[in-house]
Amino acid sequence: MADRHHITVTVNGTPYEATVESRLLLADFLRDHLGYVGVHVGCEHGVCGACTVLLDGQTVRSCLLFAVQADGCQIMTVEGLAQDGNLHPLQEAFREKQAIQCGFCTPGMLLRAYELLQQNPHPTRDEIREAIAGNLCRCTGYQFIVEAIQAAAERWL
Amino acid sequence: MTAQAPARKWIGQSIPRVEDPRLLVGRGGYVTDLALPGMVHAAVLRSPLAHARIISIDTSRAKALPGVLAVVTGKDVTALTNPMPDFGPDPSKHTWWVLAVDKVRYVGEPVAAVVATDRYIAEDACELIDVQYEPLPPVVDPIAAMQPGAPLVHDALGSNVVYHRVFTFGDVERDFAEADIVVRDQLRWHRSGAQPLETVGAVAQYNPATGMMTIYCNSVTFTFLLFLVANTLKIPSNKLDMVPCPAGGSFGSKFWAVRVPILAGMLAKLTGRPVKFVEDRLDNIMTSDHHGSDRIYEVEMAAMRDGTLRSLRINVIDDYGAYIQFGVGTHGNSLAQVVGPYKIQSVQYELTAVLTNKCQQGAYRGFGSEVTNWVVERMVDLVARELRMDPAEIRRKNFIQPHEFPYTIPTGNMYDSGNYAGVLDKALALADYDGLRAMQRKAREEGRYVGIGLITAQERSVFSATEFWFWFDQPTGITSSPESATVRVDPAGNITVTLYSQAFWGQSPETVVAQVVAEEFGVDPSQVSVIYGSSARGLPATGPGGSRFTIMVTGAVRGAAQRVKDKMRKIASHQLEAAPEDLEFVDGMIRVRGAPEKAVSLQDVATLAYLFKLDLPPDIEESGLQADYTFDHPYTTKPSPDRKSLGVFYPFVGHACHIAAIEVDVETGQHRFLKYVAVHDAGTVVNPRSLDGQIIGGVAQGLGTAMYEQYVYGPDGQLLTGSYADYLIPTAMEVPWVEIDHQETPSPFTPYGIKGAGEGGRMMTPAVVCAALEDALAPFGVRINEVPVTPEKLLRWIDEAQARRQARTGD
Repeated sequence: MADRHHITVTVNGTPYEATVESRLLLADFLRDHLGYVGVHVGCEHGVCGACTVLLDGQTVRSCLLFAVQADGCQIMTVEGLAQDGNLHPLQEAFREKQAIQCGFCTPGMLLRAYELLQQNPHPTRDEIREAIAGNLCRCTGYQFIVEAIQAAAERWL
Repeated sequence: MTAQAPARKWIGQSIPRVEDPRLLVGRGGYVTDLALPGMVHAAVLRSPLAHARIISIDTSRAKALPGVLAVVTGKDVTALTNPMPDFGPDPSKHTWWVLAVDKVRYVGEPVAAVVATDRYIAEDACELIDVQYEPLPPVVDPIAAMQPGAPLVHDALGSNVVYHRVFTFGDVERDFAEADIVVRDQLRWHRSGAQPLETVGAVAQYNPATGMMTIYCNSVTFTFLLFLVANTLKIPSNKLDMVPCPAGGSFGSKFWAVRVPILAGMLAKLTGRPVKFVEDRLDNIMTSDHHGSDRIYEVEMAAMRDGTLRSLRINVIDDYGAYIQFGVGTHGNSLAQVVGPYKIQSVQYELTAVLTNKCQQGAYRGFGSEVTNWVVERMVDLVARELRMDPAEIRRKNFIQPHEFPYTIPTGNMYDSGNYAGVLDKALALADYDGLRAMQRKAREEGRYVGIGLITAQERSVFSATEFWFWFDQPTGITSSPESATVRVDPAGNITVTLYSQAFWGQSPETVVAQVVAEEFGVDPSQVSVIYGSSARGLPATGPGGSRFTIMVTGAVRGAAQRVKDKMRKIASHQLEAAPEDLEFVDGMIRVRGAPEKAVSLQDVATLAYLFKLDLPPDIEESGLQADYTFDHPYTTKPSPDRKSLGVFYPFVGHACHIAAIEVDVETGQHRFLKYVAVHDAGTVVNPRSLDGQIIGGVAQGLGTAMYEQYVYGPDGQLLTGSYADYLIPTAMEVPWVEIDHQETPSPFTPYGIKGAGEGGRMMTPAVVCAALEDALAPFGVRINEVPVTPEKLLRWIDEAQARRQARTGD
């Protein structure tokens, strides 16, 4: 098959080398080649945000990037949030506030919230709503997600 | 209420959901996460045309692509499969195949399927399939489709009108003749859909040696109807094993989405390899088989001058799209609560179901009754406007009263219990309704357009199968809709519950089960394990849908728990030398009531049950501790032969009052929520936080229906909203902050008095949003009788209202 590229990426601290087709989407690379199935593919056209991952610390839609574009990058997926079996404070807050229903948007939502709290440790309710407006949730109506992010902000940073 | 409520330890607690730990770390176990050894991938080629004859399909270029294992077309499926399961009228006249045969009937209809070593190659190969179409004139507008001479979606039907009938319940003629006023309106509810973030998917594996077909799938709940899927796949019913996978959202749209698992199964059998087929987003938008209602109404409501509502005449045309897999069941749903919470004495319901060149309808949160709620509430508001009554007062005047339950509505359905005025009072207080009205007056003085909407409506729960067939004159159809569970206490005393349907859609079936088991056995919910059994070993189950699951699974689990507990009581009574009826299950122990020191642990009893047969009391014949229970619908009756009564088919009826305050910018058509209040009565609440989550999520979807979402088809039948840039799902910026309160009026007929509650938000919000917008624009005299209400439409209606006014005043 067509052109292939040798790439090196680090996912949640683990380095990987791979040879990939240039058209392979980052989302499919992470899910199907590396097994990070917490990267959810919802719309495949960059609107829903379920496939959000952190690329060198910034959220990106992994369905809109090719794996080759991540060459040399540090990637964090939802699998990288919990440490040593302990949920991250954001995950704890999502659980406590029942900010989850089907769980499909949850990984992207958590990573967007993670980025937000790094940039703005004490966001207001309106700032949170604006920050997560690029991530669709079809189940919750967002209210408990906003509450969870507020609760996490109080105890995390 | 609380004074009489029995003391319960776990039912009614907002315990954290037991499903969440796996969802938080990306281990949801969705079907797309599954990979089997040797698995290959399928993709489908979709029709680019709304209506066309398939002249020829040349698959040679696709088959020649390296990595392609098979290419299948409609011609092949007539040999490989039987037609798809179809519950509509005269299925032989609108035959539905897993891929289009001879003719395509809507844009996106699957025409061919490719199996390849990876999905990328499968999609490449789809582009190499050469299809020759002979375009036919598309039939897109349902009114045009009804006209004689219109192009036919299905030639064998001879018409696009697939169903028409007038039902009359009560003395409609008299009630209209005696009425002081009659209000009339035309209303339009456009097509939208569930759009769960996870699409429908399946992984199928076929063993040619045993003939066993195993399908992992996220979209089929009716396990007792799987013999129909087996029939389509041309395999014996006892050679199909369906493994339920959790769904990343459904909202109804995965309750019976069989095309995907059947396609995967067919391809697995053909290729001898495990096949994964997961819809992409375009597949789901275009050809999910689960678009929502698409209705055109003419409605008349008869009332007395004092505000008493007398009768309702509904004439509805529903555009079902190209097929009609569930018949007109969505109107059965409507008839379950067609009079709302009001003592309306009679109803005429004329239904015309029309086929057009669009994706077919399926299920979407409310299953048609959300539309009727909107219609009835819009009409009540029209009567109130005519009589210059406050929306709260006209509703209060017409409520069925608490002492009148159980109450039979004109269609024959029964409402089990309710206290509607109680809900209304709570909502008025929570919203500070008088304060809102004062704020509105002040805003109007400032030239701002603030409106307040208030609606009171029903949320029926637990459907009976009769709603799918009482439309027809045949004497009877199926009457079962069971749910089953197995409760097992293992030798170490740990409890496992097995469920048999595809139960996880994003609600919390496992949490409910854990709470019920905790309540019954006196254990902590965190100790309960919940698993899903596959269909080959399964018991009859219907799954979620129609807000049935919490009630039905509770009945099943409680029934099985009672059987296990009876056996444990016998063993414990033998050990403790106490009468079984004196024993209670508390904190992991079985103890003598009033003598807690006389106790034996669940674990000790379990160990005896499994390992020490000779120490068991002589009347225990079998070792082990496990019981099944199949819980049938607790209250349903058949329709009368003449269909003057449809019988009791949706009897556990919740209620809600929503109040919204919205400000409209009349220059731009934009709006802003100032307040949103929701008070619900879902009977006994199992997990208040989870219920609130369902309500708010439903409000968000209802808002989408009311203001943003529509599957738009152009005059040529092209779908114009094929992406989320065009099909607008509300984001965190659009959904209002919802203030919630509850009332608990238990059902006298269900376990613990629970009523179903998953759909309520979406069943209320379109009506309250329209009411608030209309109230905001009252100075212009704008009437809102169509959803979605977009800014563009709002501006147009304001202009039109102003033009009418100018014409009247002769300017």
